[in-house]
Order: sequence, then structure tokens, then C-alpha cells
Amino acid sequence: MTPVLSIEGLSKEFTLHQQGGTRITVLENVNLDVMAGEAMSITGQSGRGKSTLLKLIYGSYKASGGTVRVLHNGAWVNVAGAQPRDILRLRQQTIGYVTQFLRVIPRIPAIDIVAEPLIDRDVAPDVAVGRARDLLARLNIPEKLWHLSPMTFSGGEQQRVNIARGFAAHHPILLLDEPTASLDEENRSRVLSMIAEARAAGSAVVAVFHDEEERRKACEREVAL
Amino acid sequence: MSALLSIERVSKNYGPRIGCSDASFELWPGEVLAIVGESGSGKTTLLKCISGQMEPTSGKVRYSTRAGREVALDAMSEAERRFLIRTDWGFVHQDAREGLRMGVSAGANVGERLMAVGERHYGRIRSTALDWLGRVEIAGDRIDDSPWSYSGGMRQRLQIARNLVTAPRLIFMDEPTGGLDVSVQARLLDLLRGLVRRLGLAAVIVTHDLAVARLLSTRMMVMQGGRVIETGLTDQILEDPQQPYTQLLVSSVLQV
Repeated sequence: MTPVLSIEGLSKEFTLHQQGGTRITVLENVNLDVMAGEAMSITGQSGRGKSTLLKLIYGSYKASGGTVRVLHNGAWVNVAGAQPRDILRLRQQTIGYVTQFLRVIPRIPAIDIVAEPLIDRDVAPDVAVGRARDLLARLNIPEKLWHLSPMTFSGGEQQRVNIARGFAAHHPILLLDEPTASLDEENRSRVLSMIAEARAAGSAVVAVFHDEEERRKACEREVAL
Repeated sequence: MSALLSIERVSKNYGPRIGCSDASFELWPGEVLAIVGESGSGKTTLLKCISGQMEPTSGKVRYSTRAGREVALDAMSEAERRFLIRTDWGFVHQDAREGLRMGVSAGANVGERLMAVGERHYGRIRSTALDWLGRVEIAGDRIDDSPWSYSGGMRQRLQIARNLVTAPRLIFMDEPTGGLDVSVQARLLDLLRGLVRRLGLAAVIVTHDLAVARLLSTRMMVMQGGRVIETGLTDQILEDPQQPYTQLLVSSVLQV
């Protein structure tokens, strides 16, 4: 099998200009291949760069060295060094990213926030909204909240809206940063089954899990930083 | 597909003083670019140079027309340029009074732009104007009122309707939410976000407010002292700023 994500010699150093130019090396020479349908978890103590690695793959951090190659529509694209518009295209089609935190957009109802990634791919609005309803129902968001802006939702509800959004469209590569943190047992197991379904549909998963048991349930490979 | 707007080494000097220096970028269909920086950084000068409101001292601005032809702004006749600005482009000023005709009614402000593209049927003009007032959340019974009777937020929304009614492909905005109450700002921002996404508009937005940039733009350009010092994806600039000035700008904001 060939990988869909291939990381070579990746390093990340931050220069803190506001603090006398202090340099902090977070990642050095990371090498990693992930195959389609494979789930890999990234482990390591706090501060070892687990989230940093996910952000480098997603392109919201700039690599200091090395390559992050992603298979996009049959061709390799190096995220470290790609033009912004190419990274945006990658995100729309190929790389999904789910964190615990929803970036709330004022006045946009939950159902539209979840359907948006599908609408962006020109999926028919009724199909997109249908999928959004299924996901919100599955994650136990009460139907009476669907047409409200998540601005006033509880932290856990916002988190689940964000997860629903992250799983709305199929992505060949799925990055998960502690997606189940602070969810209750019931919702945690729903998220785990959604991850399993995404893998069955061919998604490669790269995840950070705080909880060891969930990590074992969701992922078959581990990389320690 | 090609770039909608290509900016090549645009500079503007005011006598010995530098307005903006050596700016280059491309804007593609559907992209929203935010230009950020403090007052005096040259962002408004650059916006005026690339939108045909001011002649750059040097450099080229090229636009790709609906017919797929690439035209250089300085090579167009004044009449051609004005037609382009009235039809294919929109410009939203920070002060709505600059972008509106304050002496005529709200409906006429919207209708006028339609007449500029050849619409003559009064009934159709009025119904389109009414539709656009609705889209920017202005009650239909205010159509015959003068913009003087509108609040700041309403005037700004009216200015947006006036600009979008001719279905432009590219819109320039100079601090579109500046000077408005925070609650009015939020409403205007998600209205703009929705319109830009639904219409597939390309936009260049000048703002000093990083939250505005985050909500509306996909790409960002940071200016300081007339120069572009950093460019990239909006979330990348905000989460991993590279330049000392950009780091200062991002860390000065309480929460973006």
C-alpha cells in the first residue's frame, strides 16, 4: 500500500521576537508515513509538539524545515511550501481538521455551520442539510437548537457541533486534536464510531488522544514525540 | 483559470514621502484578501492604487475581464475605466457618505447603479432595489427615505447593496466596519461573509481589525511603513506570525 501522507525531516522552531528573539525548537527531524484507512496516534507529554505537528500538516503553522507531502487528487502536494490558494484547495477536498473548539460565527445557525463544508463542495443544499441533521442528531444536539447560533450553547454542545462539521464531508486525511476531550461516555463512543466509519471509507487518521483507552480503541499505530 | 487581479510592484510616493512601496500580489476568483497594518502603513494608499482611484507612481495593475481578456488599468481610456469601476467592481468606503449619494433616496442609490449598466425599466429597477434592501436587512418601507435619516450601520448596509446590485466580480472595502458599534459590526460582518460566499465574490479588504480579517478573509497581507512585510493564509498569519511586527500586532489583540 502507498501512503497518502508522507512527512520527511520535518522541523519547527519558533522565534519569539517579543521575548528577546528566544528560539524554541518544538519538532526536529520528524519522519512519518500514513496509509489510506490507517489510524495513527501521536503521543508524548504536554509540550512535545503533538498539536504543532497537526497544525504543520494542516498548514496553519509554517514548517522551519522538511516536507509534508499530501496525496491530493492523485498528485503529491508539499504543504510546507505550497501557495495559500493550494492549501485552501487541499483543505476543501483532502485534509479535514477537528479540534475541541468551535470558532463561532455570529448569527449563523448550527445546522448551517455543519452543512457549510458540503455546500463549499457544491453539494446540493438539501443533501448537505440532510447530512448535517443526521450528524447533529447522532451527537445528541437537541433539535430545538439546530436553527440557533451556537454562540449561546454550552462548551460541550459547541464541541459536538464542531465535530459534526468536521465529519460532514469525507476527507482522505483526517486530523483530530483531542476530539473527545470533556465529552460524556455516550458521546465519546459516538465519536469513536464516526472515526471508525471514516476509516472504513478510506480516510487516514492522525490523532491526538489524551485518554489512553480511547487511543487504543481508535488507533492501531502510535508515534511518540 | 487565471488571476482576476494581478498587482506588480506597485508604488506610490507623495512627493518625497512613501505611500506604499513595491507591492505585488495576485487575487483569484472567490478569494478574499485582507490587508492589515496600523494607521500610516500604506494599506489605504495601496487599495486606492489597485482599485483605480489613484494613479500609482510606478507598477502595473492588470485585471482579467469577463471576456477573459487581460487589461492594464493604466492603458485603459478614462471612459473604459469608469465603466469597469461602475459595473465589474465595487468599492465600499469606510464613511458611507463617500460611497452614497446623500441627496437622493435609498432606492435611487441602488437603482442608479443598475441604470449605469443599461437598465431602464422603472418597475424592474424598483423591485431589484427592494430585493437588495431586503438582502442587507433594510425594511422595504424605508426605500423612499433619504440616507440622512439612516443610522450609521444602515448606511453602511445601503452602501453594500448599492455596490453589489450590479453583480460585480470584485469588491474593494476600506475599513467597512470602522466607526460602527460592536453589535452593528457583528451584524454587518456576517452579512458580508454570507454575501461574499454566496456570490463567489473576490474581495480586497483593508482593516486594522484582525477579527474582521479572520472572519472574512482567506488570505492576509501585513503592511508596515509602506511595505508588505508578510503574506500567507489568514489562520497561518494569526497562529504562526513570522515577522516581529506581525507578532506584536497579533499579541496585542486580546482575542482573535
